Amino acid sequence: MGILVNKDTKVIVQGITGKAATFHTKQMLEYGTKIVAGVTPGKAGQTVEGVPVFNTVRDAVEATGANASVIYVPARFAADSILEAVDAELDVVVCITEHIPVQDMVKVRRYMEGKKTRLIGPNCPGILTADEAKLGIIPGYIHRKGHVGVISRSGTLTYEATFQLTAAGIGQTTAIGIGGDPIKGTDFIDALALFKDDPDTLAVLMIGEIGGTAEEDAAKWIAENMPDKPVAAFISGRQAPPGKRMGHAGAIISGGKGTAADKIKALNAVGIEVADTVAHIGETVVKTLKKAGIYEQCHTC
Amino acid sequence: MNIHEYQSKAILKSYGVNVPEGYPAFSVEEAVENAKKLGTPVVVVKAQIHAGGRGKAGGVKIAHSPEEAGVFAKELLGKTLVTKQTGPAGKVVNRLLIEAGSNIKKEYYLSFVLDRKTARVVMMGSEEGGMEIEKVAAEMPEKILKETIDPAIGLAAFQATRMAYGLHLPKEAVRKATKLMSCLYQAFVGKDCSLAEINPLVLTEEGDVIALDAKLNFDDSALFRHPDIEELRDVTEEDPKELAAAKEGLNYVNLGGDVACMVNGAGLAMATVDIIKYYGGEPANFLDVGGDSTPEKIAAAFRIMLDGGQAKGIFVNIFGGINKCDLVAEGIVEAAKIISPDGKSLPVPVVVRLEGTNVERGREILKNTPIENVIMAPTMEGGAETIVKLVKEAEQA
Repeated sequence: MGILVNKDTKVIVQGITGKAATFHTKQMLEYGTKIVAGVTPGKAGQTVEGVPVFNTVRDAVEATGANASVIYVPARFAADSILEAVDAELDVVVCITEHIPVQDMVKVRRYMEGKKTRLIGPNCPGILTADEAKLGIIPGYIHRKGHVGVISRSGTLTYEATFQLTAAGIGQTTAIGIGGDPIKGTDFIDALALFKDDPDTLAVLMIGEIGGTAEEDAAKWIAENMPDKPVAAFISGRQAPPGKRMGHAGAIISGGKGTAADKIKALNAVGIEVADTVAHIGETVVKTLKKAGIYEQCHTC
Repeated sequence: MNIHEYQSKAILKSYGVNVPEGYPAFSVEEAVENAKKLGTPVVVVKAQIHAGGRGKAGGVKIAHSPEEAGVFAKELLGKTLVTKQTGPAGKVVNRLLIEAGSNIKKEYYLSFVLDRKTARVVMMGSEEGGMEIEKVAAEMPEKILKETIDPAIGLAAFQATRMAYGLHLPKEAVRKATKLMSCLYQAFVGKDCSLAEINPLVLTEEGDVIALDAKLNFDDSALFRHPDIEELRDVTEEDPKELAAAKEGLNYVNLGGDVACMVNGAGLAMATVDIIKYYGGEPANFLDVGGDSTPEKIAAAFRIMLDGGQAKGIFVNIFGGINKCDLVAEGIVEAAKIISPDGKSLPVPVVVRLEGTNVERGREILKNTPIENVIMAPTMEGGAETIVKLVKEAEQA
């Protein structure tokens, strides 16, 4: 099962003729993803990796029945690409692009109100449902099918954590990179709610970082809404100084808010174990699964 | 990106925000001249640094004549100001703002910020002007009024009016305040700000509403459409290593310690800084080189970390996802050749942890490299422990 995307998801690649998009289109196809169309204005009629290219998302949807898209469009045009995908009433839109102006995202989020589309990102590695489909840039080979859902604000930490899970024999349902920007389409609680309703997902790993209070909010939500699915966590940025942006646009401690210590405290307060270092994420998940009595069930690979 | 108060006020003025008359000064003579030009009985001499808390640190002086303004200018220019926000090292004052004095009747707080939860711009106001808003939020959150702005509408007139009455401004000042709010919102949106803060906003004895202080921060991702803002960058306010890194397209933050790290990905880079500290080292920096770095870029990263003798050891922590470890390893070896004086040695130990795609080939390349001082770490934990140990040994030697 997993969440949001599977082997039947029909995917458009927006900006498919770009170098990175072409490279990742090949990777996504190799993973088994149904890439049915690409969109680059002015390039209709071409093909990329055997995928037909259209001028607009609407054309691509009409011709192929696509229901999802992944966006690899430069930052200054990416917000418009999201709007176009939302307008075409796609179910899931994944935006990989980093450095979209924040106020463009404010407008995008306003435009999306009342619409059916779920946006993942921007500034994210995308989403992967093990052995079914991947939209984005997550390396497929580190994943194994299983019962742990992964939610992360960071790309490489998603890979690092998944690698540790797989090495420990713990397979995954879906890994979702929600992105490092302050304003995004999907936050921890949204992703947690989806995992809560997924019968295949038995436990969740949350990877957060400094900035904002989404992890604190998630801790509260988990305590109130998801008592029967154990959660383990990791938070990066314990040593980050206040007022400094640590790579991600959203990774900044401002006005005393958004410290790693606050997040760890909030998670611990509701019984969620937080790995002490990045090297112990896999171990912490194993420990959490054992404590919940579902380790054997989750030991799938 | 941050700019100085006088620059923020010039921008706000162009949007119609009421600010005191004032001029920047880079020398004592200029300060005296500007004070004369103002011709007001009271002039304020304000140190211009990118940090708050200047008043309490002695960076704001009230002068009653141009001559006195000159005396204060002489005192402040070149002085290192240590405020709550500068850190213990403080910041050197190179610029002043010479401003007309105001007859303050009451101080307020007004700001526009981005709210992550609602994905909207929020206007915040408080009657506790002059105080740090974080302190007000912590101690008396009920004293902060908020208006969430619909980007399709902008700041609605009723919201500004509600804020003005909520702040208990006298009736005759309400329209002046709502106009200021509206202009400030236009500036916030027009210049892609991430913060626009007026603290204090003042009501004068004459009944005017003035932005007595002004702080604007800008969204770095939107600077491409604001070349005029980019021009206001004051490089003397920024860490030289961070500036050099930015020029190379590297994501670098100086943390002051001596155990450096070079990582792919911001999240893993933060976590690597944390694990260095966990094993007792003092992290020198945060550095995300990205996944597909060229040897030249990696060499530039090495140079920045080593510059001034800061790094006593470097921990390279790479997870090869889509990017292949063998290419990363080749990049490291080539970079080492570029910066090494004899093509085979590095000035400090470099511990490399590679994991992910083509890891075996990557490790092989590093094992066979002629570069001395490159040490392979079998695990991330082991790598972090080793680099901290090596740096400590070097310190004792």
